[in-house]
Amino acid sequence: MSSEKNSKSISVTLRVWRQAGPNKPGQFVEYPAHNLSPNMSFLEMLDVVNDELTVKGQEPIAFAHDCREGICGTCSLVINGEPHGPHEGVASCQTYIRSFADGEVVTIEPFRAAPFPVIKDLVTDRSAFDKIQQAGGFITARAGSAPDANATSISKVDADLAMDAAQCIGCGACVAACKNASAMLFVAAKVSHLGILPQGQAERDKRVLAMVNTMDDLGFGGCTNQYECSAACPKLISHDFISRLNGDYIAASFRSMFKQAPAQTDGGAG
Amino acid sequence: MAQLDPKIPSGPLAEKWRKHKMDIKLVNPANKRKYEIIVVGAGLAGSSAAATLGELGYKVKNFVFHDSPRRAHSIAAQGGINAAKNYQNDGDSVHRLFYDTIKGGDYRAREANIHRLAEVSVNIIDQCVAQGVPFAREYGGLLANRSFGGAQVSRTFYARGQTGQQLLLGAYSALSRMVGSGAVELNTHSEMLDLVVVDGHAKGIIVRDLTTGVITAHSADAVILATGGYGNVFNLSTYARGSNTTAIWRAYKKGACFANPSYAQIHPTCIPVSGDYQSKLTLMSESLRNDGRIWVPKNKEDCGKPPASIPEADRDYYLERMYPAFGNLCPRDIASRAAKRVCDEGRGVGETGLGVYLDFADAIKRLGEAGVRERYGNLFDIYHEITNENAYKVPMRIFPAVHYTMGGLWVDYNLMSNLPGLFVLGEANFSDHGANRLGASALMQGLADGYFVIPYTVGDYLAGQKPNSRPSVNSHEFVKAIADVESSVARFLSNKGKEPVSYYHKRLGKILWQHCGMARNKAGLEQGIKEIAQLREEFWANVKVPGSADTLNQSLEQAGRVADFLELGELMCRDALSREESCGCHFREEYQHPDGECKRDDENFSHVAAWEYQGEGKTPIRNVEKLNYEFTKMSVRNYK
Repeated sequence: MSSEKNSKSISVTLRVWRQAGPNKPGQFVEYPAHNLSPNMSFLEMLDVVNDELTVKGQEPIAFAHDCREGICGTCSLVINGEPHGPHEGVASCQTYIRSFADGEVVTIEPFRAAPFPVIKDLVTDRSAFDKIQQAGGFITARAGSAPDANATSISKVDADLAMDAAQCIGCGACVAACKNASAMLFVAAKVSHLGILPQGQAERDKRVLAMVNTMDDLGFGGCTNQYECSAACPKLISHDFISRLNGDYIAASFRSMFKQAPAQTDGGAG
Repeated sequence: MAQLDPKIPSGPLAEKWRKHKMDIKLVNPANKRKYEIIVVGAGLAGSSAAATLGELGYKVKNFVFHDSPRRAHSIAAQGGINAAKNYQNDGDSVHRLFYDTIKGGDYRAREANIHRLAEVSVNIIDQCVAQGVPFAREYGGLLANRSFGGAQVSRTFYARGQTGQQLLLGAYSALSRMVGSGAVELNTHSEMLDLVVVDGHAKGIIVRDLTTGVITAHSADAVILATGGYGNVFNLSTYARGSNTTAIWRAYKKGACFANPSYAQIHPTCIPVSGDYQSKLTLMSESLRNDGRIWVPKNKEDCGKPPASIPEADRDYYLERMYPAFGNLCPRDIASRAAKRVCDEGRGVGETGLGVYLDFADAIKRLGEAGVRERYGNLFDIYHEITNENAYKVPMRIFPAVHYTMGGLWVDYNLMSNLPGLFVLGEANFSDHGANRLGASALMQGLADGYFVIPYTVGDYLAGQKPNSRPSVNSHEFVKAIADVESSVARFLSNKGKEPVSYYHKRLGKILWQHCGMARNKAGLEQGIKEIAQLREEFWANVKVPGSADTLNQSLEQAGRVADFLELGELMCRDALSREESCGCHFREEYQHPDGECKRDDENFSHVAAWEYQGEGKTPIRNVEKLNYEFTKMSVRNYK
């Protein structure tokens, strides 16, 4: 069908950030990439360039990738200045050569943010996101203790809204896109997903306080409401969730000021 | 010869698991913290196991090669998860799910394991909802279900087209809670490169930190591998690029038997291959088969024409024609082989002729474009991104691709391998899907193993081990294993070859796809074994691995994984060659009915083949575990 527009191959020049390791100086290096099929994915283009470098005896470009279908959140390239490249609502791995012009110079950088230090070349350490999750991004439900799944009905509207937030792939593009390296969209997505659902109410205040405080401690910046995060998000997660997060955070902070800690009564069986 | 005792409990089928839980030994709560358990992998099986064992009070160390446990490839499962809830009142039951699964596997799996799986399926849904997994719901607020490939009841729970993602994030949140509380130690960027066996028991692993290259030894009272499937042996597959066989392969080389390695599922609905540069094939969830109709032109001459110009009378809706009862919903192996057959006849579509149409025109007429978008919108988007085609207007083109491996390390009813102390969960084991897995059953098995089976069965083993008796990492078994791993790393880096690792991986994939893919025969498999042995020699003579061992080195990671695939591929051919029958995914051209369907040989092959490593260059031993069908009548699988 589209064989005509799909068949013409192109060549581009890559300007790639190379950095031998953490705390080492980095620089841009240019590499030619020839005879690229428009149907090739951006990462497949890097595979081909890397194989050429290997054969020439040079070290290939390190880049993070895994599922190559936009869901694992591993790939994390800034392409021509934009996290995950020129297209809306896709990850780097879902970017295709057909989006580039013959002869174009394509700049590739890692996600840049102080809490995401570079490991090598285009690979960064995003373990800060795991730490935020560990602080409170869960509903406590021991295996074996759950009631019947239909015991509590949840309106389709709420379930759908929770799912809109839950789609976050944890890639960190929101942080890379933000001039303050804020992780508000990431935290907002998790806090909203769990906070919208009835199961998430018991830990709602504790969760939002713990996640936001951990985010701050890890060096992520504040939100200035410019929403570059949503624009860069491969799942187009709405910045409306940030408003929800702010509301939850304020309410939880307020309540925590007046809440008395319960006396320890679980003294154990005699 | 390895001792393969499946340890299936006695008694009526529906009572076995309950009885077994009463009979097996328990570890005293105060003693649990004295046992350390290593869990390798953090997909559905690994993260649910690590979290649950942590909740129970064991000391758990979790190792993943990814940068975060949330990246494991369970995340990419689209369609759904089965459970015998019968919320739709359409006749489902534990027994029916059991029966469908055992029949779907073409009677090559254990009755007792599958029945347990069907039993705990209902607990999984409860557990996931309690964790906040946002499953699809009806307007009334109750959970929604759909029917899924191979099932005649609606028992599949789903979260849009991202069910695997939501289930994994649920398990990941449980794991994160345990990491935060200190019950589980999380080690990311950590690839297991060897299993350590002490006095015949699995007691630890050797791990390489992928960012620093540092190699370390870890001892434990039990080791759990939940490292996924090995379909990337074919190079092109729907797996993530990092998915590999290394953990289970190295365990095989330490004595764990590898069962049914040739059982690889070829999924019928994937986007066709477009070029040699291709690194991965993308699945289009088979939920699409609920509403899409699969067809090719009746006449070869029409294959190049725009599909809309081909009149109804000249289209062959071949699945509806061949399998009127199940139609487009017939099981994966059957749908894949039928697609191969029509393409072999020259009636395939697309530039390569290796494709069939999956057409939504009728569904759009029935439901409207918005209705189709509501159900499958994200899949149509993925299709558009990859092919630049609008499937609301033009039928999708699909072709089968490697998707799942039913084979894996042999385990008994307790999910323990023949090496005591080594447990294997999820896709990494062989246990529940026989010769073909039904749609929406992989997520079910991964979570069943992790949340509801291993927490009981690991205790039965540990209760027989003295608390705090695990060996020191300074013992000679560990020291030797570290030295072996170091020397294999050094061997790659000092090899003065010319070709990148990918060159060999691509060639291996082609050999296997040709000889050990959707149709197999004796001559082809013998040829495959020869070609792989030769390719392996070339690999070691001429592979080039640049860079050093002390930083992130993705070429080095890939080299180790492909070296293992080059050995596994041969074992797969050997397994396929020795199974002189057709069953499920394993189609031997010599053994077919006149209508081209699988011809099983229950008299001679109603067994599991569990291969036992004998050392480099030696032919492995083929051990057999007989499958006894006490409760089900083995019948010819008929979907007509």
